[in-house]
Amino acid sequence: MENMDDTSGSSFEDMGEMHQRIKEDEEVSEEAAATEEGDDGEFLGMKGVRGQLGRQVADEVWQAGKRQASKAFNLYGNIDILRPYFDVEPIQVRNRLLESLIPVRIVNFPQKIAGELYGPLMLVFTLVAILLHGMKTSGTVIREGTLMGTAIGTCFGYWLGISSFIYFLAYLCNAQITMLQMLSLLGYGLFGHCVVLFVTYSVHFHSLFYILWLVVGGLSTLRMVAALISRTVGHTPRLILCGTLSALHMLFLLYLHFAYHKIVEGILDTLEGPNVPPFQRVARDVPEVSVALVNATVKTIGVALQSY
Amino acid sequence: MEKVQPGLSDVSISGDIPVEGEITVPVGSPSHDDEYSTLDEPVKETILRDLKAVGKKFGHVMYPKKSTTLLRDWDLWGPLLLCVTLALMLQGGSADSKEDGGPQFAEVFVLIWFGSVIITLNSKLLGGTISFFQSLCVLGYCILPLTVAMIVCRLVLLGGTGTASFIVRFIVVVASFGWSTFASTAFLADSQPPNRKALVVYPVFLFYFVISWMILTFSPSHSNTGP
Repeated sequence: MENMDDTSGSSFEDMGEMHQRIKEDEEVSEEAAATEEGDDGEFLGMKGVRGQLGRQVADEVWQAGKRQASKAFNLYGNIDILRPYFDVEPIQVRNRLLESLIPVRIVNFPQKIAGELYGPLMLVFTLVAILLHGMKTSGTVIREGTLMGTAIGTCFGYWLGISSFIYFLAYLCNAQITMLQMLSLLGYGLFGHCVVLFVTYSVHFHSLFYILWLVVGGLSTLRMVAALISRTVGHTPRLILCGTLSALHMLFLLYLHFAYHKIVEGILDTLEGPNVPPFQRVARDVPEVSVALVNATVKTIGVALQSY
Repeated sequence: MEKVQPGLSDVSISGDIPVEGEITVPVGSPSHDDEYSTLDEPVKETILRDLKAVGKKFGHVMYPKKSTTLLRDWDLWGPLLLCVTLALMLQGGSADSKEDGGPQFAEVFVLIWFGSVIITLNSKLLGGTISFFQSLCVLGYCILPLTVAMIVCRLVLLGGTGTASFIVRFIVVVASFGWSTFASTAFLADSQPPNRKALVVYPVFLFYFVISWMILTFSPSHSNTGP
């Protein structure tokens, strides 16, 4: 079933409360029956009324606390809250992936945005894997932290943070979009990033990267921008929202490429000199790269110190 | 005179016939009556029994058939053992060995356990019938081929780090990656609705791919060759 535009609010909370109330009523009646029987038997053997009262009060407090905690847990810790957002078929995911690169020109009528989280989540993890591949082949050495942590932090931070930011801007600009739809839209927009990075981390052509950045990155940005425009009214709000999103999306791809590739360029120039065409694909083993990096850095520092 | 056909609706008991007696459900004698409880047995026996169970499951992973042993008697000892072994072997494999020794162990450990948790949550959200710990158990046990590949890679690396060793390592790691993915899907995919198997298999593929990548790009640390 397609997830239609659902702005009806958190109906699951109402259902959850109803179920909880029914369960509570049953529990309370069970407890009442149990304590009645228990009281008859125990009253005779206790120290007296005071001990009995204290125990009962403690019992009541414990039961009340337990009820509150289990109510909260059942309401919010229930994994079934997320279940409707994962209700997809593989063919739907494939279609949405391909459509994320095809901008749709309808701007006068709100475009349909699927509210689904499986595709975006998998795309974020794929991006993490591709980033790790890029970091390893470029010999990135991260001191304060780990490769994995950096990759995961970057990708999830972008997806969640930028979605929230654009949702906030959309709220200010009166755009008709929910948080789920924004997460979904931006998540699918990362498909273009995955494709570009996968290609350019394997084939190190600079000009190829720029072409892909413009074409693929541009297409996925246009798709997102068109969807947002169709849901916003007024020229200035449209401009603000779409300008911000395009800038952030394109700049993120640029950042991902350059943050982990500069080192590769530096080594190639140092090792082979200016005579060799600089964009050759060389199969190399990582330790040689790291040793060369250390050598190149020390040489550069030495040269810099000498010139002073 | 009409004949009354005796039917089921005609059955009735005239008068009140009191029914007496006892209704007891025959309870079979408890099966462990003649054995002592496992709390009293010597520690060696407990450990051996658990090790045997773990070993049996290793066998099931290496020859994956559609059996339910891994799912029925799940345990997390095997995954813990494999995870710690893999994390220890992947440690210390980069230029600055003294700085990166610590985080790498934690990295692999966290990756394996959180990756398994996320795949399990994903398969549950997609409508899977497998329980949380069963899924963790399966994913953990299916790391065995990759651990074996890691051992092989380390042995190959003792012989040098040239192109030939890279090719050998590449083949070994790719083969074990395929084996791991195939083994885990043999156990996991049955618990999913048939048209959604691809949705569950993809994160498993990604998970083992990242681990394989870490194994393939592992290179032992060597002394710093500064100027």
